[in-house]
Amino acid sequence: MEVTSMRFVRQAHASLTNPGLQHALGRLQAKFVSARADAIAELDDFEATRRAATAVRARVIAGLDEWLERFEAAVRANGGEVHWAVDAQAAQRELVAIARRHGVRKVAKSKSMATEECAINEALAAAGIDVIETDLGEYILQLANERPSHIVAPVVHKNKEEVADLFADRHQRARQTDIAALCREAREMLRPQFLSADMGLSGANFLVAETGSALIVTNEGNGRLVTTLPRVHVVLVGIEKVVPTLEDAALLLRLLPRSATGQSITNYVSVLTGPRRSGDPDGPEHFHVILVDNGRSRLLGDELEPMLRCIRCGACMNHCPVYQAIGGHPYGWVYPGPMGSVLTPSLVGLADTLDLPNASTLCGACSVVCPVSIPLPDLLRTLRTRQWQQRLRSRRERLALTLWAFVAHHPRLYRFATAVLARVLRVFGGRRGLIRWLPLGRGWLQGRDLPAPQSRTFLELYRKQQSP
Amino acid sequence: MSDRDVIFERLRAGLLRRRPGADLAPTDWSAPRSSGELTARFRQQATRLASAVVGPFAAVAAPAAIAEYLNHERLPRTAVCWPALADRDWAMAGLRVEARAATATDLVGITGAFCAIAETGTLMLLSGPETPATVSLLPETHIAVVPVAHIVATMEDGWTRLRAHSTMPRAVNFVSGPSRTADIEQTVTLGAHGPYRVLIVLTTD
Repeated sequence: MEVTSMRFVRQAHASLTNPGLQHALGRLQAKFVSARADAIAELDDFEATRRAATAVRARVIAGLDEWLERFEAAVRANGGEVHWAVDAQAAQRELVAIARRHGVRKVAKSKSMATEECAINEALAAAGIDVIETDLGEYILQLANERPSHIVAPVVHKNKEEVADLFADRHQRARQTDIAALCREAREMLRPQFLSADMGLSGANFLVAETGSALIVTNEGNGRLVTTLPRVHVVLVGIEKVVPTLEDAALLLRLLPRSATGQSITNYVSVLTGPRRSGDPDGPEHFHVILVDNGRSRLLGDELEPMLRCIRCGACMNHCPVYQAIGGHPYGWVYPGPMGSVLTPSLVGLADTLDLPNASTLCGACSVVCPVSIPLPDLLRTLRTRQWQQRLRSRRERLALTLWAFVAHHPRLYRFATAVLARVLRVFGGRRGLIRWLPLGRGWLQGRDLPAPQSRTFLELYRKQQSP
Repeated sequence: MSDRDVIFERLRAGLLRRRPGADLAPTDWSAPRSSGELTARFRQQATRLASAVVGPFAAVAAPAAIAEYLNHERLPRTAVCWPALADRDWAMAGLRVEARAATATDLVGITGAFCAIAETGTLMLLSGPETPATVSLLPETHIAVVPVAHIVATMEDGWTRLRAHSTMPRAVNFVSGPSRTADIEQTVTLGAHGPYRVLIVLTTD
């Protein structure tokens, strides 16, 4: 998938001046933030649960090779096949090869960010295979030819009027604006697709190593349909999603839906283990898992390794003041918000994503709500440091920081410079003590005033007090 | 080198770079014990997630309870059920029930449940020859007959029970109320791709 993160500033600006989007983002924040808070409060001890969940994910990462081997062996023992893909192109090749082998002409898909990452829909279309998104949000995006702007609520940027227009146009039916009626219409359009698809394609929220199972959470039931009705089921998933046991999955499930949408559990949790067994009247005849690396293994043993714990709940973006203001599209790839600002540079390269580590106030809300305690602000700082070390920042910024570092390393110079600056800023502050304009400070001061400092520095005042 | 070899080589190289002991120590965490009576807790949680819960009745009275619900909701009295429930006296209650996997045209599906989870009001269903997964999925109305003795406290308890009773089936489906979506304007709408309504009939035996 094309990365447009280098146009972050321009894209963010467009978001800020889009009233419809601003309204939608306000709604997302109002609903998801309070729903999560209520759902977390239901737990006996959120912090203890979170510590345990973090430990499970950390344990997996520490032995990722062994857990993957166990998972692979268990899938094979149940009659499934495991395929490995180093990158997005390899994942596309594997999937198209599986589709050809089984004579697949139509694929019904349930929501998966990994398939988004690997541009699977485009690859299937290029191979002459029909692919239909069946999650309501993703289906709307497919009709509109747009990208998701949130990993859990992909179509948060659209309102019902836009969906009504889109459905009326694409379905050639009377326009209806009632949300329940729109959902019913999508159900009626998609039901025949589930029944006629040759292949169901899903991601997985967790892979269970001991049993070789793929675990999928959904509310709509489309995840159950695509993994039950078509004769081939393919799970396409990142290698970091494995957990050791069914009990570990149960523990993580206490946190995933709560953190994502504020639900105590999603309507459906499906644990899928291999193809149809002898005597089974339903279920797929073939079960394949494609395990995708696509840059994840690079994070092992790196300072950014905690990112591999991520369970893709989206709580960090729901609580991020930057995401709340601009939505997901400006981030320019599959994963937005704080987790995206760490993951995107890690997976597609720092040079193509210069603004992402800086698209954060480092307020820390993301790490407070993260169900697996990922220190997102620390990881963003690590990426900022690397941009500096790899000389990726602009010459002007480098010069400014070099100058600052020099002054900060020389106490006398620092004291002198701050004493001068405090007095100059005082003058800029005028009678009301508020600075509205500064040379080079226009961008920062456009939306706010800076309180002018007292005309003496802290050290000056301190010395004065100390002297008898 | 195959993709598998490349990935494992990268993983092992990465793991060698790790600082030893960087893992978090295992915690003494254990699944929450359910407070209060399991049946009451299950009923409360299932109702919260928009399942209708009736009973407990004697198992022989379940068909009549189902017939009454279908009448009340003005739903057809024709249904498909798990082969495992074929021997119930459906005709006595005025129901026409076929025991088989469901197809696209079935409107009411009747299942049992391997167990039910009090913590979240969830049904745990196993796929199998006698318990096809489609019966709880394709019809617009899903009815589950659940003996109260099958109610356990947590999902962990459900897994313990599964380990004791059987091997891993092709599909374990946890169902918590009717299907729903909130994709349009984060407004919850019941009945997305799965059933529009779920009735849970608790039985004493």
